[in-house]
Amino acid sequence: MTVNMTKGQAISLQKDDGGALTSVRMGLGWQAAPRRGLFGTRTREIDLDASAVLFADKQPVDVVFFRHLVSDDGSVRHTGDNLVGGVGQGGDDEAILVDLQRVPVHIDQIVFTVNSFTGQTFQEVQNAFCRLVDETNGQELARYTLDGGGQYTAQIMAKVHRAGSGWQMTALGNPANGRTFQDLMPAILPHL
Amino acid sequence: MTAELVRGQNHPVPGTRLEIRVSAGKPIVAGATLCDDHRKVRGTSWVAHPGAPTLPGLEVSRQAAADHRLAVDLGALPDGAHQVNVLLALPVGVAGPVTFGAVAAPFVAVTGLDGTEIASYTITDLAAESAVVALELYRKQDGWKVRAVGQGYAGGLADMLADQGLPEAQELATTINDAVAHGLARSVAAPPPRPADEARVRAAAQGHTSPGRQPTPPEPGPDAPQPVTPAQGPGEGGQPPQPVAPTPADGTPAAQPADGGTVNYTHPRRQTSAPPPPPPTAQPAAPGQPARPVAGDATGWSMEERLYNQVWGMFEDLARSAAACRSAVDFADSRMEQELDKVLSDPRSRIGGVGDAAREAARARHGDLVDQARAALDRDLAQLAAEAEVVEPALPPAFADWSSPIWQGYRAPMEIPMALRLGGLSLPERPDLRIPMLVRLPLERGLWIDSGRSGRDSLADADQLRRLALDSAVAHAARLLASYPPGAFTVHVIDAAGSGQSAFAPLVGAGVLDEPPATGAAAAGAVLTRLTQRVDLVQMAVRGGMADALPDDLDTGEHLLIVNDFPHGFDDRAVTRLRYLADEGPAVGVHLMMVADREDAAEYGPLLDPLWRALLRLTPVPEDHLADPWVGHAWTFEPSLAPPGSQVIGHVLDRVGAARRTGSR
Repeated sequence: MTVNMTKGQAISLQKDDGGALTSVRMGLGWQAAPRRGLFGTRTREIDLDASAVLFADKQPVDVVFFRHLVSDDGSVRHTGDNLVGGVGQGGDDEAILVDLQRVPVHIDQIVFTVNSFTGQTFQEVQNAFCRLVDETNGQELARYTLDGGGQYTAQIMAKVHRAGSGWQMTALGNPANGRTFQDLMPAILPHL
Repeated sequence: MTAELVRGQNHPVPGTRLEIRVSAGKPIVAGATLCDDHRKVRGTSWVAHPGAPTLPGLEVSRQAAADHRLAVDLGALPDGAHQVNVLLALPVGVAGPVTFGAVAAPFVAVTGLDGTEIASYTITDLAAESAVVALELYRKQDGWKVRAVGQGYAGGLADMLADQGLPEAQELATTINDAVAHGLARSVAAPPPRPADEARVRAAAQGHTSPGRQPTPPEPGPDAPQPVTPAQGPGEGGQPPQPVAPTPADGTPAAQPADGGTVNYTHPRRQTSAPPPPPPTAQPAAPGQPARPVAGDATGWSMEERLYNQVWGMFEDLARSAAACRSAVDFADSRMEQELDKVLSDPRSRIGGVGDAAREAARARHGDLVDQARAALDRDLAQLAAEAEVVEPALPPAFADWSSPIWQGYRAPMEIPMALRLGGLSLPERPDLRIPMLVRLPLERGLWIDSGRSGRDSLADADQLRRLALDSAVAHAARLLASYPPGAFTVHVIDAAGSGQSAFAPLVGAGVLDEPPATGAAAAGAVLTRLTQRVDLVQMAVRGGMADALPDDLDTGEHLLIVNDFPHGFDDRAVTRLRYLADEGPAVGVHLMMVADREDAAEYGPLLDPLWRALLRLTPVPEDHLADPWVGHAWTFEPSLAPPGSQVIGHVLDRVGAARRTGSR
């Protein structure tokens, strides 16, 4: 069952049968908004980049993005850069796989962000979403759709964090500005 | 609108913040220099290169790569900078193309920050150049313009930098090459993610006829240390025929939809590529237990390929598990330090037991986290050890340790294996878990068995080390000989001082050498001359596309030259030849194995640095000097040697010798 999340909502990552999840995929998708004007149907390519920042006790330890596709410990993997978006036609454009069992013990939060590498603001992006999928069976666990883009170039989408012996996902949906995740660090820290 | 520039053409640049994208088929070095209004580089601080990648307003990447993105902010350049030159160069001192004539035409594009291309330029008609000025961005009145330059230099970076008026051009070029080679030389080449199955099988089957086939170049990861990619060898001359038009001989269309049914998408000429036999599957695991490991449990078209991929998978898993544990322990250490500092600086902690309790708590938190990290690592190590236990006995001879029973029943192979074991790699966390170090065949780089004592605890004295180095060289040579079909691999030995006589005795005794080891300067010179001529000849034939014109008596197998006691018996001419062989040999199937102490050749100074760098350094005793391509741990390399007292290498060499004499298996 998919949970449609709203900003700030947190869900516990558990299987329907109560067992712990082993491996999840954070999928991100977007489409370029059609432009108004003489050539109204022409859309411009928008290169959004998904990144995952691994935190241990509020200190960034590792980051997975298009220049570093696998975290050093191998637990978080980016499936590769997509420069255009919208190719999935509602499917994922970029995906980050997280092997929850293999995440090093000191990592307690993983924050997922999306940046506009080409500089367009989210006003020109439509249907942006992030969804969490159980990688073992392909079932969608949660989906968070961004509503109404604005004059900003990045989104702090969601975080996955340890809760007790398992993991939780919290939808953040915070706008920010920056080209890559480095620019977002100040904006991420309040959410830890 | 993108302007496609031709050489010499210029184009206005609208903004000041730009990105320059470079793509070439092979790893290349990208850099940039700044010039003042007299078109002169003011000093080394005006050059951005892999050793010093950032300048105000300019950043280049730290290593050689097939694709680069250079960030430029023209507004932030130092005062007086009127021009930015974008340079490309081929890495020096590693196996790979040495001229731009041998790689695809590099493509450069200037883009705005939003990714819109402003201008692009394909640098065509380069030939003998090894460095090229691709573009220049220059001030024109109040704005900036870009010009397509394409000026190449056959003398490489040094010539190019000197041409731009830099007095220290030679030194800087050396610094740049060192910085690049440093990243390349220490890395174990990463495995290809998916080896090109058919090309490899065919290449192996043609082992006797094309001396310089190259395996699929490994694909470098974006941030990993760049593995060395092989040069384009003469294999191109004998490329397997491409599948052509899919019309069968009888003229009927190949894949007709059968009575309105589904379309047959199979390739009409590729009926034979049946799916490979399924890999062995693991027994279903008991609930709560990890699945029991199985040898060959990886992807691949043959058992050999599956085992190869599995070994590389284990290598990566061990590297990453250790990285996870190390980073957790580091974090625990730094957290405890911070907490203890806090306790110390808190005045309340001086009263009574408050401080002690806080310290105790911090240590307990540290201990907990470290224990958890260790537990996770132990779980992974146990799994990998169990996997190694089933994989080791299943390995074919070329991959197997000398202690493996498979060597007892050794027979000369029909085909060249895809890789060769040089030794074992281990981490201090679990020294007894050794991952086989497999390198692709044919060798992409020569080997250097370091018999020196530099930087090593002198457990063994110098003579012992020299002897151990010779023994491991003979073991590597024996394995190479045993891995090739009879007659397809020839070993030459230069032992100028005759000091390796007893160590080379197994090779001589088994009759696997065409001629006895060359002693004395004259004989050594003759061997070098012959091999150099061979490299010349094959290279010429390949470059001219006239593989047929080679003399009939030229055998097409691979050659290995073992050099002991370098530089004893080597004059300047012979040293030059040796360097030539190290650079050009691997591409045409002539390999080098140096058994040498770098100190002995110290009088040559930096002249020989490129030679040592071009070779893969191996040690005769365990030493941590190799890095993995993913995380860059220092791995302890232990050479593959026969167990003490075992005669296995002698027996195998006898079989190889017998097979060479009879020409059969």
